Formats: sequence, structure tokens, C-alpha cells
Amino acid sequence: MIRADQLYGLVAEFESADQLLEATRRTREEGFRRFDAYTPFPVHGLAEATGMRHTRLPMVVFVGGVIGALTGFSLQFWAQAVDYPLHFSGRPLAAWPAYIVISFELTILFAAIATVVGILAMSGLPQPYHALFNVERFQLASRDRFFLAIEARDKRFDREDTRRFLESLGSSGVFEVEK
Amino acid sequence: MDQETSTLRPGRRWPAPVLDADHTYGTLTDKIASITLRRRTSAGWFLAFAITGSLVALLLVSIFFLFAAGIGIWGLNVPVAWGFAIVNFVWWIGIGHAGTLISAILLLFRQEWRTSINRFAEAMTLFAVVCAGIFPLIHLGRAWLFYWLIPYPNTMGIWPQFQSPLVWDLFAVGTYATVSLLFWYVGLIPDLATLRDRATHRFPRIAYGLFAMGWRGSARHWHRYEVGYKILAGIATPLVVSVHTVVSFDFAVSIVPGWHITIFPPYFVAGAIFSGFAMVITLAVPLRRIYSLHDLITERHLNNMGKILLGTGLIVAYGYLMEHFFAWYGGNRYDEAVMHHRESAEYAPLFWAQMVCNVLVPQVLWLRRVRTSPVLLFIVALFVNVGMWLERFIIVVTSLYRDYLPSSWEIYTPTIWDWTTYIGTIGLFLFLIVLFVRFVPMISIFEMRELITRRGDPAGGAERAERTPSREVEP
Repeated sequence: MIRADQLYGLVAEFESADQLLEATRRTREEGFRRFDAYTPFPVHGLAEATGMRHTRLPMVVFVGGVIGALTGFSLQFWAQAVDYPLHFSGRPLAAWPAYIVISFELTILFAAIATVVGILAMSGLPQPYHALFNVERFQLASRDRFFLAIEARDKRFDREDTRRFLESLGSSGVFEVEK
Repeated sequence: MDQETSTLRPGRRWPAPVLDADHTYGTLTDKIASITLRRRTSAGWFLAFAITGSLVALLLVSIFFLFAAGIGIWGLNVPVAWGFAIVNFVWWIGIGHAGTLISAILLLFRQEWRTSINRFAEAMTLFAVVCAGIFPLIHLGRAWLFYWLIPYPNTMGIWPQFQSPLVWDLFAVGTYATVSLLFWYVGLIPDLATLRDRATHRFPRIAYGLFAMGWRGSARHWHRYEVGYKILAGIATPLVVSVHTVVSFDFAVSIVPGWHITIFPPYFVAGAIFSGFAMVITLAVPLRRIYSLHDLITERHLNNMGKILLGTGLIVAYGYLMEHFFAWYGGNRYDEAVMHHRESAEYAPLFWAQMVCNVLVPQVLWLRRVRTSPVLLFIVALFVNVGMWLERFIIVVTSLYRDYLPSSWEIYTPTIWDWTTYIGTIGLFLFLIVLFVRFVPMISIFEMRELITRRGDPAGGAERAERTPSREVEP
């Protein structure tokens, strides 16, 4: 028996993605807010069912790309037209068409780094420890099973009522999660 | 499990499946994960490790000797100052392009068949870029000063020449290597989590766990992951086109006859994909055989790869035609002379061998029987690998060896050290592949699970849940 202050929440196991999707919708309708669904592959509509509206990731990528483009262009412009102007054959100092390639490459580079850092940071990864890993069955979340976890700090959480609720959703097993 | 039988049904006109029908989420996960997690390593693997490891040693010896003695140990001289190093650089970087094409462009086009080959195609990209990157560095002469290429405030008070394609190349290849690594790693994270959860021993669990970074398959994480992965694919697509374009600028922006041709950028990009797909086939056919992946890499994959090989091969053939047409139509006598020398002077046998390998032999791919036969496809791919190397050799060497002044004409002959360095990088490439197939799942597991879902089996074979093995958790 896990002490109440050591209880992370309850996790329910489901056998198919459709069952989990339906259970997630019902959980949200029931008024729960602190819960998440876990699947072995991306399931469409599941993030929306947990109440996630949209991700700001594309904006992060865009800002990364713009910073990359400005870095690339200003680096070359400053180096060749300001810091070390080199006159030859009467050609313009700021030969901007020649700067396109490096500006483009740095746009891609910064945008790609922003994407990866964005995916990880917005998801709170790397996170070596998580309470759910204490549940032995949860290892199947990366194989063929689908899980729904409701946290104990949710206002509507009650150890017994929530367990009964999860069981009523067609779960094949409900487990208590130790922090 | 002989999956070949399913494709031998008579009168079959619809495409072969991309995944064998019997697989469930569980069997699929276990099959791919077990290649990495099984306890015993086969003797064949150790043999491959030993052979390719020796070639890596050969590469190291060649490079150390090069650093000690200088690039005089190579066959380079004026007028042919760009020899094997540049030929091999272009060849390797081209091979890398197919990986990005498969992982990014085919993802955006929703080509489901890419799923079982994208992981090792991406790995191939990464390793090919590693091999490619070695050559320009050691070609510098004083390789330890390579960082002078990077713009940084220095005591000399000068900057790289940003109008030079060689500096563009540094940025293009550097970006390509970084983005390929990121793309590959992001694709791996969920599978590393699978390996962490399937591992029965402490060390692999900790090692895979570290690289999985605590991935637990949360719906919110998956949502961001999918959006991010598609964005990465979207930005990798123009990148892959730009990289070989910039490589072709190394030649086309110069005014050397034989290099100064506007067809070069598209012709190089098509050639890169052509050679890259040849290398994917060269790796996929033996891996499919060794690890019995017939149910995951089906006849449909071979057929599609054969079609892409044929299509890009035709574009490359068009490029060859245009090179010669430009020389004739442009009316520049030096351009005409270069093309004439290619066809009929000292290097003519190599030129005609290139035409046989890249233009003539791939025509057999019009036949479906050849495209779906692993052995024949493999042989065609070997021809293309050789042919594309010859193409780069012809482009680099025959444009240089007969200068404007006949008195400076000289034949370029590679020395033993040119060959050991080249063979050494092939060894390094295969060595990394050998390590990769042992330690990383070579097929994307979570994307294959998605394929099962799309097949219209929402439970993913949950009725076979009794197959789910329970595993004791070590304290």
C-alpha cells in the first residue's frame, strides 16, 4: 500500500488505441485536468483529447530560422564590407548575391537546432526519472499497450472513485503509481 | 517464415504489401528489438568487425603518414591538383543524399514504403558524410589548421573569402552533417525507449535509457514530436538539394573548361540521389538476407528503389548528353577539346566504362523481373556505385590534365597511398554500418507500428495478447 503523500496517481492499461482515445475523451468530460495518455506510437486526435490545443513549436522554429538568416548575412556583410573592406577590380564591397548560400545554410542549421531543442525542452526532456517508470506494466507503453494516467494532484482525484472510474472505461488493469 | 511466397501468387497486379500481414505491434517490436538485444553476437558479425576494423586501421596509417610526409605522397601535381581526395569527397557526399531523400522527401510525399528503409538510409547518410568530410580536411596539406576555414575573430585580423564556393562548401557540408545527425537521433528516441524497456540487463538498459532521455510516449510529447519531425523533414528537403548544388559550384563557378557548365547543379543532385540509392540497395539486399527481413523489406521496396534508380539514372544520362551538347553548341574550342579528349584520349576507357555503368546497365531496370530480383538489383547497384565514382574521376581529372598549354599536359596516376586512403574510408563506412546494425534498431519500430494501425487493425493484433511476455524487473 502506497502512502497517500507518496502517490503520484493511477494509471490504467488499455488494449487498443481506440479504447484509449475514447477513455481519454471521457476523462476530460468528467472534469479531470491533470492526466496524460501514453502510447507506443503517435495516435491522431489523442493530444487534442487530453486538452492540448496546439503547439508553439513552429513559432520556435521560425524564430530560429530568422536568427540563422540574420546571423549568416550580417556575419558576411560585416566581415567583408565593414571590418576588412578589400577593394579589387572596382567591385562592390557588399556583394550580397554571394552571401545567399551561407545565409541559407545557417537558416536551415539554426531552424533545425531550434526544432530539436524545442521538441525536447517543451516536453521537459531529458527527464531520467518519472514516477510512471515504477509501474512494471508501463514498460509495455513502448511495445503494444496504451495507458492513461491521472495524477493525484488533480482536484477531482480520489483514490477509490478514480479507480472505479478508470475501470468503468474498459481498462484491463489499473495500477497505483508511487512517486 | 518465408514471405517470398506471398509475392509469388500468380496473376498478381496490385503492389506487394509494405509489411507482412501477420505482424502485430508485439511481434514487430520483438523482432526488430531482438536483433539488437539478443545476447550472443554471431561469429559473422565479429568477422565483419575484424575485416572492416582492419581497413579503418589502414585509413589511420594512411592519414598519419600523410600528416608526417605531406601530400607529396599522393599522385597530385600541376596541372592535376585535385585528384582522389576531391573525387572521393564528391562520391561520398553524393551517397549520403539518398538517406535524406528517403527520410525527408518521401515522408512529405507520404510514401509509406520508406518506413522500413529510412533508419539505415539515414545512418548511411551520416556515415557517408563522415567519410566525405575526411577528404577536404586532409587535402588541406596542413590539416591541423583546418579551423582557419571557420570565421572567427583571430589575431591575423582576416576573414575567410565568403565569395568562394569552397567556403560555401564548409557551411553546406557542416550544416548537412549536423542536420542529418539531429534528424536521425530524433527519429531514434522512441525506439531507444523501446530498447530501454525491453532490455533485460542492467548495462544496456542504462545505456539506452540515457539516450532515450526519459521518453515515455506521452500523447502531448508525441504531438510535438510529430510536428517537429515533419518540420525537420521540410527543412531537410531544400537542404539536401542545396548541398550537392554547392558541391557542384566548386566546379561550375570556376572557369575551367569541362567544369564551367550551368547544367552542373541539377545534374549533380540527380547523380547524388542515383549513387545514394545504389548504395542503399547495396546495403539493404545483404542486410535483408542476413537478418531475414523479408517480411519488413518486401519486394515492393526493391521494386520502388529500382524505379528511383532508373529515373535518376535517366536524368544523369541527360546531364551527360547536355555536357556534350553545351560544348558543341557553345562553340568554345576548349570546351569541345575537353569533351573530345574524354571520349578518345588516355582516359577514354574510363569514360566509356562510366557510360556502360551509369547509362547502359541501368536500362535493365525497365524490366519488373530485374527490379524485384534481389540479386540482379544488387548487381545493377554495384555497377552504379562504380560508375558514379568513375563519373567524378572523369569530371575532376580529365578537365585538368590537358591544360591550355600542351607543354604542361600530364597524366594523373594515383599512388598506393591514394588507394589506401580511399579503401580505408570504404572500410570506415562499413565499420560504422557494422556497429550500427548491432547497437541501434536498423528499422524504425514505432513507425512500423503506425503502419500496422493504418492497415486497418486498430487493436494491432491485441487478440494475440497472450503472446505478450511478462518480464521480471530486476530490483
